[in-house]
Formats: sequence, C-alpha cells, structure tokens
Amino acid sequence: MAELTYRDAVAAGIAQEMRRDDRVVFLGEDVAAAGGVFKATVGLLDEFGPVRVRDTPISEQAILGAAMGAAMTGLRPIAEIMFSDFLAVCWDLVANEIAKSRYMTNGQLECPLVIRTANGGGSRFGAQHSQSVENWAMAVPGIKVVAPSTAADVKGLLAAAVRDPDPVLFFEHKSLYATKGEVPDDDHVDELGKAKVLRRGDDVTIVALAAMVPRSVAAAEILASEHGISATVIDVRSLVPLDTRTILTEVVKTGRLVTVEENPRLCGWGAEIASIVADECFYDLDGPVVRITTPHIPLPSADHLEDLAMPSVTRIVETVRTRMD
Amino acid sequence: MAIEKKKAASASASTLANDDLGEDTRLALFRSQTEIRQVEQKAYDLFLQNLIKGTSHLALGHEAVAAGFGVAMRSDDYSFCTYRGHHHTLARGASMTGVLGELMGRDCGLLRGKGGSMHLTSAEHGVMGSYAIIGAHLPIAAGAAWSAQYRGTEQVSVCFFGDGTTNIGAFHEALNMAAVWKLPVVFVCENNLYMEYTPIKDVTAVENPAGDRAGSYGLEKIVIDGNDADEVYRTAQVALTKARAGDGPSLIECLTYRHSGHSRADPGAYRPEGELEEWLKRDPVPTYRVRLLEFGVAEDALAAIEAETKDAVEAAVKTAVASPPPGEELLYADVWADGGASWRN
Repeated sequence: MAELTYRDAVAAGIAQEMRRDDRVVFLGEDVAAAGGVFKATVGLLDEFGPVRVRDTPISEQAILGAAMGAAMTGLRPIAEIMFSDFLAVCWDLVANEIAKSRYMTNGQLECPLVIRTANGGGSRFGAQHSQSVENWAMAVPGIKVVAPSTAADVKGLLAAAVRDPDPVLFFEHKSLYATKGEVPDDDHVDELGKAKVLRRGDDVTIVALAAMVPRSVAAAEILASEHGISATVIDVRSLVPLDTRTILTEVVKTGRLVTVEENPRLCGWGAEIASIVADECFYDLDGPVVRITTPHIPLPSADHLEDLAMPSVTRIVETVRTRMD
Repeated sequence: MAIEKKKAASASASTLANDDLGEDTRLALFRSQTEIRQVEQKAYDLFLQNLIKGTSHLALGHEAVAAGFGVAMRSDDYSFCTYRGHHHTLARGASMTGVLGELMGRDCGLLRGKGGSMHLTSAEHGVMGSYAIIGAHLPIAAGAAWSAQYRGTEQVSVCFFGDGTTNIGAFHEALNMAAVWKLPVVFVCENNLYMEYTPIKDVTAVENPAGDRAGSYGLEKIVIDGNDADEVYRTAQVALTKARAGDGPSLIECLTYRHSGHSRADPGAYRPEGELEEWLKRDPVPTYRVRLLEFGVAEDALAAIEAETKDAVEAAVKTAVASPPPGEELLYADVWADGGASWRN
C-alpha cells in the first residue's frame, strides 16, 4: 500500500496494465510529453516511449476512431478525451460505432477499449468544461460506464476496464484528482459492476457516485452526530453494469432511498435506480424515493453559483433530514 | 472538366500496348465486376418483389473501384466500407448468399440479419464493417492501420467512401492524423458526382472534392478514372506498396457514376437529361469486356464467367429465400462479449 493521489492513481493504473500487456497503447491530446492537462499521465511517455504513448492532434473523432480501429484489430487502447464535455464532439464514435459494432456484426467485431475522461464540476470552468455526462453514456446500449470516487478504485477499476473485453467509458472526476488514498502497490484489479457499501445505517440508504460519494459520507456523519439519523452510503462505482443487487439489499434494510447525483435532473442515473427500487421493493419502502441532483440548468462559472447548483453536504443533510420527517 | 480529361486518359490506358497486367489478373477483375453487377441487379429485382425491405444503396456503376482494389489487396488487408458497400464486401470474397441473405433479413446473412444492407461485415475476409454515418469509418480505418503499423504486419487498411464524405470533419481529422503518423491506410473516394441528391460541385469549394484536399495533408493529388478497373488496380498497387513500405497514406479520388439513385427511395430525378446515358456509354462492366476481347481473351471464357456468376447468384437467392428468419434468441445476443445483453445483476 502507498498513499497516492487520485491523479497519480490514473498513471499507476495505466502503467500497471502497459507493463503487463504490450497490446495496451495510450493516446490523447497532451497526454504524452505534457503528462496530461490534469497531470494524470505523467511519466508514461518516459517509461513506455512514443510508440505506445502518443500525443494526438485536437481531433476527438480521430482519437476515438483510432482507438476503435486498433481495438478491433488486436490492440487494447486507452484513449483520453480531455474533458467529458468534448465527448459531444465525437459522440458518433461512442454511440453509433464503438457501442454498436459487436451487436450489429453478430459478434464478428469487438471493441475492447477504454475511454478515459475528466468529468464533473466544482472547478469553476463554466458550462462547457464542467458537465457530468455519465447519463449520456448510460443511455446507449453496448458501452460500460464506470466512475470511481477514490484513488484505489481509480487504479483497480481502470485495470479492470483495460482487461474487460467490452468498451468502457471511464469517468474520472476532476475535482477529485487532488484527493489522496491508500492504493495497493501490486497488481491491483477490481471488478466492474460492483457497488461498494461504505457505511451501514438503519434509517436511510444514500446512493452516490464519484464526487458525490465523499459528500454523501460527510453528510451521513453529520446526520448521525447532529440529527440522530443513521444512513447507509453506497458508492455505485459502475452504472453499466449496475449492481442492483447491492442497492436493493440495502434499501430493503433501511426502507428509504436517497440518490445524490451531480448530473442535471432529467434522466439522471438516480431516476433509473428509483424506478428499479419502486418496481422491485415498493412494499419495503417507508417513504418516497428522493433524488438530490444538480438542477436542470447548465453549470455557471462563478464559485458561489456553481456551489449552489451542485449537491452540497449541507443540501444532502437538509434534504434527508426534512424528508425523513 | 475533370471528367472529360479523365475520359481521354482512360482511352490511352486501354490501348493494347498496355498489357502489363496479364490475363489472370484481367480475368479476376472481370469476374469480380461481373459478380458485383449481377448481385446488385438481383438485389434490385428482390426489392421489387419486396423480398428486401428497408433501404439499400446499390453500387451499379461503381464495380471497377471495388474490383480494382479487391484484386490488388492482400487477403489479410482490411476494408472499411460505407452504407454503399455491397460491392466492396463481395470484392473481398464474401459469399453472395451471405450478402443477399443479409439484405433479405435471413438467418444465412453475413450478420444473421442484425446489420442489414448498410452494415455488411465479413471479418474473415478482412471486411471490417460498413458504416452508415458519413465519415465515421475514416478514423476507424486509420486506427486499424495504426494497429498494423504497431504490430509490424505490413497489412494495409483501405477505406472507401463517397464524395459527400469529403465535407465532414472526420475526413479531415483522419487524413491529418494518418499523414502525421505515416499510417498504412489508403483512402479511396468514389466521386459519383452527387453527395445524395445534391451535386457535389454545388456544395464543395474545390473541383475535386478529395483530390484537391490531398495537398492539405502533404499528400499527392491522385484523381483517376474509377470506371477503368485496370487503372484502379494499378493505382491501388502503387498505394498499397507505398503503405506496406512504411511510406504512409494515400488519398485516391476515383471518378465514377452510380446508375441508380442514391438509395432505394430515390429515382435520381435530379440528374440532367442525357447524363446517365453518357455515363452508360462508359459503363465499367461492358467496357471492360470489350477490352478483354481486344486483348485476345476468348469470348467463350468471358461467357463462361458470366454464366457461372448467373448460376451462383441464382443459387444464392434460392438459399437465401429458403433460409429462415433469424431466431429470437439473437435479439439479446452479443451486446457484450459474454454473448448477452445484461446491464444489471
């Protein structure tokens, strides 16, 4: 174990996989010589050289196309899209090509690749560099969607994504890059599609993703110490595949579900979970399912407005407390 | 006009003195064109009988491009096609039964009915998909070339597309990256004068939509007669050899003409009177037949190829018609590598 930042865990995860398998190649804008605009890929060029770690032009379609063509002919590429907002520039490759090729070709073509991207708000970057777009990806059949909240999960889930035979969209949260945590040194591989129960309580189950996980944990501690409310907190970690078993098991125990989503309101992942819970354990519920989300607005840049928009620890505490009454 | 110039060039290319290709290659080019022509004509008949549903984009008139590349390519090279891709798929050796069965939505189809006319794929023949979003497959073809370069296999990735593709961003992104990375990829534009219904010249800033863009990526301007299988074959050989040698990509504009409309729904009414008739005089298949006779190939040999093809097409239709529709189990098959479609536990 070593204490690593979430940022350094990205490079550690990629390096682990590139050492293991020479089919793994990595490409993106400013990822090689500059080590990434978030400095998440520092050192990879030095260790693996310019043939395996490649700087690209600002050409998101070419980046994902190159990754797809390489994946279907025997490589295991990792492609970086610098900000998840830029996925809109190359969404054809994600939604029409990468996600559908196996199905459309009756299994003749495969696409084992990973698209890493910096997702989410909190950095005062404004509406085109701050979005949480995991629900875009979740809406497309054929692509797995992962969003880690800790440094250990970055390394372990990234390794799992690289080894997975299906395409994976891997959302790193840019406001978590500086956070630190213990990360296993050796070959560390986690499992896609497994949620993690971070704490157990009796009164309510809070389900969160990425940067909303530490906020939900902080909120749960306040709810316990100041309001006598005992909360279970689940880190979803993977939206596709979705670990409904863990979520349903915990919701049945507490009888209440609150989702904490950074995405704008409509069609957020929490709505899908709410629907599943309403359908499959309605009679175990003691109250309505509550969704805490960013409002259905583009994110503003000014710090006080952005903080108002995104679910905060205070909003989580207040919402849970008032809806428990 | 470029077309007129190319006509003159093609006349000189077809003189008897220019017999470097040899009879075997020429017969292979003739056979490939004949097969494509007959399958596409049959596909049109099957539409009229409502045995082929949905849409389809026939390549009648484009045979020489597919045949020229198909014969020139190594069996392990990659092809990337568009929704107008029946000819390129057949030219790599995919079965007529597989192609026609796919168009008809039958279990014997190349993709067992899950792809349809616009997504023909035969990975075992190097046909790495047909892509129905304009421009999407140029970067993908570049990626396959990158993989070949990385693995050191000397495979070449050949990417076919229409003139309309030259005005979309992915075209330019792929050309630039392929040139910078010196990728073994050959980009082949079939310029049939119309993007869909609109003349390409009305919406493009240069006369040759692909050729005049080549210089932007440090590539040679190559514009050839796409109705001359010999010229396509020779040009393909040069580009494939260059790519295999590690000298990077080529962009080739093949001037051709589609004899039918853009798709099943299009009668092609926007074409000026007489234009089709003029191009039919340069129809690649009968023109090539005449040339082979001039070279001394026996009429019987050509007639035998035509008869064999006719029998093969009839047999393929018979097999496809008899083939059942795809089983319901396919609906949930192969979303994921585990063979299934599950997104939750």
